[in-house]
Amino acid sequence: MSSYKIIDHEYDVVVLGAGGSGLRAAVGLSEAGLKTACVSKVFPTRSHTSAAQGGISAALGNMGEDDWRWHMYDTVKGADWLGDQDSIEYLCKEAPAAVLELEKYGVPFSRTEEGKIYQRPFGGMTKNYGNETVQRTCAAADRTGHAILHTLYGQALKHNTEFFIEYFALDLIMKDGACKGIIAWNLNDGTIHRFRSHTTIIATGGYGKVYYSATSAHTCTGDGNAMALRAGLPLQDMEFVQFHPTGIYGHGTLISEGVRGEGGYLVNSKGERFMERYAPKAKDLASRDVVSRSIAVEINEGRGIGKEQDHVHLHIDHLDPKVIDERLPGISEASKLFANVDVTKEPIPVVPTVHYNMGGIPTNYKAEVLTLNGSEKTVPGLMAIGEAACVSVHGANRLGSNSLIDLVVFGRAAAKRAAELVKPGMKHDEIDKNETDRCLDRFDKLRNSQGSNPTSELRLSMQKTMQSKCAVFRSEKTLKEGVDEIRKPYDGMDSLSVKDKSLIFNTDLVETLEFDNLIRQAITTMDSAYHRKESRGAHAREDFPKRDDENYMQHTLSWCNGSKTKINYRPVHRSTLTNDVQYFPPQERVY
Amino acid sequence: MVQLNLPANSKVEKGQYYKDKTGSKNIRKINIYRWDPSKNENPRLDTYEVDMDNCSSKVLDVLNKIKNEIDPSIAYRRSCAHGVCGSCAMNMNGKNGLACTKSHSELDGDIDIYPLPHLKVLKDLIGDLSTLYKQYESVEPWLKTSKVNDKENIQSKNDRAKLDGLYECIMCACCSTSCPSYWWNGEKYLGPAVLLQAYRWIIDSRDEDRKERLKKVADELKLYRCHTILNCTNACPKGLNPAKAIAEIKKMLATA
Repeated sequence: MSSYKIIDHEYDVVVLGAGGSGLRAAVGLSEAGLKTACVSKVFPTRSHTSAAQGGISAALGNMGEDDWRWHMYDTVKGADWLGDQDSIEYLCKEAPAAVLELEKYGVPFSRTEEGKIYQRPFGGMTKNYGNETVQRTCAAADRTGHAILHTLYGQALKHNTEFFIEYFALDLIMKDGACKGIIAWNLNDGTIHRFRSHTTIIATGGYGKVYYSATSAHTCTGDGNAMALRAGLPLQDMEFVQFHPTGIYGHGTLISEGVRGEGGYLVNSKGERFMERYAPKAKDLASRDVVSRSIAVEINEGRGIGKEQDHVHLHIDHLDPKVIDERLPGISEASKLFANVDVTKEPIPVVPTVHYNMGGIPTNYKAEVLTLNGSEKTVPGLMAIGEAACVSVHGANRLGSNSLIDLVVFGRAAAKRAAELVKPGMKHDEIDKNETDRCLDRFDKLRNSQGSNPTSELRLSMQKTMQSKCAVFRSEKTLKEGVDEIRKPYDGMDSLSVKDKSLIFNTDLVETLEFDNLIRQAITTMDSAYHRKESRGAHAREDFPKRDDENYMQHTLSWCNGSKTKINYRPVHRSTLTNDVQYFPPQERVY
Repeated sequence: MVQLNLPANSKVEKGQYYKDKTGSKNIRKINIYRWDPSKNENPRLDTYEVDMDNCSSKVLDVLNKIKNEIDPSIAYRRSCAHGVCGSCAMNMNGKNGLACTKSHSELDGDIDIYPLPHLKVLKDLIGDLSTLYKQYESVEPWLKTSKVNDKENIQSKNDRAKLDGLYECIMCACCSTSCPSYWWNGEKYLGPAVLLQAYRWIIDSRDEDRKERLKKVADELKLYRCHTILNCTNACPKGLNPAKAIAEIKKMLATA
């Protein structure tokens, strides 16, 4: 193995990732007086939180009566009862304070006539336990994620958070089942850094790039999830992948649900507003899995639009151009750029597109990572937040605008919990040399790959398999084929080709490390999907069209060693956190 | 042979030529600036023949195609691919922009791709933005308010509208690196991107520090190196107007 210069650091807490959740955690940790490092492979404002458009949910009641319990019910129902209700209670109860805090930080929210934070309708968000639409989603035009991310970065600067920017994390440092820090590669100068920490918080986002067509950024490769897998920890509910109903046809760019919130609607080739048939009450504002499936059925039954009849139309041309200009300016811009459509005159061609991972690293509502060892156990020294985590508040399907609130509520919760567990200046454990060697061996081996398979080819093969075998509708046949096929790109790594051997901004190697991370998540996703023989939320099995509460009110846990997985289950939490609200027992889910 | 001992990045040599291997009839030549800090070599301009019949519409698609199919060693930043993260800012046929929103059909002839001008180059198309980030930090980009109650600040629609055209900035640095004044005094002059952000906080009706913010920025070098060349506004891929923001700051100072 080549020898690598290792630079050591000691921090009370290391936050890995600088998107919405990582930054919110870093702010809280700095406020608590903990020596905090925030490590990110991109400059913080490049994180994918910036792409969130429509808004952040919280029962503020600025635009009509609202109650966090109604928000909780909607989230439980949206999750198709796979969410843990103690965590969901925490999310919805804490949400209003978290949004007001963001406002105080300086987020430029859109405003009502009275000057309060503007809230818009969103899919699945209702009044009085499912009765009528409520305006709960707080918005900064259609650039809410961008506004929040930049504001949180400002707060982190205010609190003098120490950033390590354009550092690519390689692995967790584990000792006797506890996390002791991370190892990262500094792209700027090629050095290797070992961060020792009492608590490590994984905030690395989702892994949308396992699919060919996704609204996700190129950088959404779930690096932290894969690090957890390599550390021998399980990932949870990986089969639940959200397809956003409205990605721009052919390009995948997100068109916010806020468009339908503001009155936009979908039509098929016959000009029908087909959502009226699938969700008579909520129509175009049913939850995302329902709308995506409806579009897929329309297309499958020959009512798609275009030469290939493979997409549908989203109309907002009936809206007042002034409303579009004020509330949906980003959508107009994206539609022009990527579909060459003037939204005031023409419909936007859209198709369901991979958007969000409900699955991830299992945690409790305090953001502590869980594993299964006989029963649920926390992993000392390790936390996870944001899309990387599976708390699980989104269960089998996330409601639109519930992800931004998840970021800040659990980012804050993680900081709070870490401050309870870690006291400033506590002494660090010695790290076993083997841990460092194990990590650098993998790095060195990938860097010096001399085989014949370019990373880009293996990645493409993985993405095409996921796209065709693990899509909106799944069956025993497609999944069985998928389980076999998805292992081929993994095996292809035996003869990997990495052309660039340098250490400074070697993006060939970065993409290879990212692929190594992606493929493990692709395998756990496919295997988890194969083993869940029911339909629930985003996981729709043609051969098992019904939800099976008898057997599957359980979270899937999947371990992955090489390309071998182990699947196990843990029961969904069937109680609330406090007596402020009653447990919502499973019901039939209709919109 | 003369030993060349020029400062890094000073003499760009002709680089490698990658001929098309697909047999496509629709070829376009893409010239890309290459420099690897770990090799003791001059920068060079590599040329790639790209099959445009099988390439999506944006310059970033061309780059990804080259990286995936021809030469994986080429280095550039990219992330969201739809113009919100600001990673892929670069110079294309002489103009700064985002590779992910710039259509190659809008560019004539061969496409020349360089890093953003006047930045220290870290590798290939990756420029060093650390000075700009430090300058951003220096304008204290956070809300200063003494209100500690748990209610939101009330802000009228009109006051909120004053932030439009400012908060949308994605900090891609296309504007600052197109500004001759910033090229010459980049260490001291804050430049259009950072001044736009300074103004975003100065004009926020919720902020209680306007006077101090104005005072801090009212400096011969930090602010008044803007000579209204307007390259910034011309370069902004988001259609923002940093020159106007700078003019507004100057106006506030003149009428204060």
